[in-house]
Amino acid sequence: MSSGTSIRVGADLVMVDQVADSIACFGDRYLRRVYTDHEIDSCGGAPSVASAGLAARFAAKEAALKVLRPTGHRPQWRSIEVRRHDGGWCTMSLSGYAAELATQAGLGELAVSLTHEEGIAAAVVVALCQDDPGCEDHVGDLVFESAGGL
Amino acid sequence: MDEKIRTILTEHGRFPIDVATIGDDEDLFAAGMTSHASVNVMLALEEEFDMEFPESMLNKGTFESVTAIRTALAGLTAS
Repeated sequence: MSSGTSIRVGADLVMVDQVADSIACFGDRYLRRVYTDHEIDSCGGAPSVASAGLAARFAAKEAALKVLRPTGHRPQWRSIEVRRHDGGWCTMSLSGYAAELATQAGLGELAVSLTHEEGIAAAVVVALCQDDPGCEDHVGDLVFESAGGL
Repeated sequence: MDEKIRTILTEHGRFPIDVATIGDDEDLFAAGMTSHASVNVMLALEEEFDMEFPESMLNKGTFESVTAIRTALAGLTAS
């Protein structure tokens, strides 16, 4: 088995109305268990707009998990954060066990893209993985691999 | 306890099939429960049994079957 540099990709989608239902049913307990203060603050406005933003962030957390590939204990939801920048683009910030998993896997920065339309929110997370022991073969120094489906 | 667990799974698990047809040891995620639905199941279990799952138990294994949920709850409500 050889090692090299690979790309890990994770994608996920979440139905916006399911997030709205969770907020209606569990309120702050749901929000504070899953999202960081920054994520909640980033998703203000009308409830339907807030739910769409939060659904996209949940999808991003799931997509990041597909990149991090935990085999047992899962990182806390709040340790995988979507940071929204003033220009409107987003990046991912990891802390705690999620950051440990990224370090162990030799992952660089996690890039993220969010979208929502017609009641569905989706996210894609991509990261470069250095010296990936799971890299079976490679073209040059680069291998493309997909981690999980929708 | 099992009846309450199954009621919560029915109300919050968003399964595409009747929860009654899922065996005690059957994988709930394979049966159609999404990760987001499992968060709702977790919160509903905490409400019903007046407890809180510690972060160390927040993994798929804790919620992967009726038996696993029952075992986790038994350990938490006994302590």
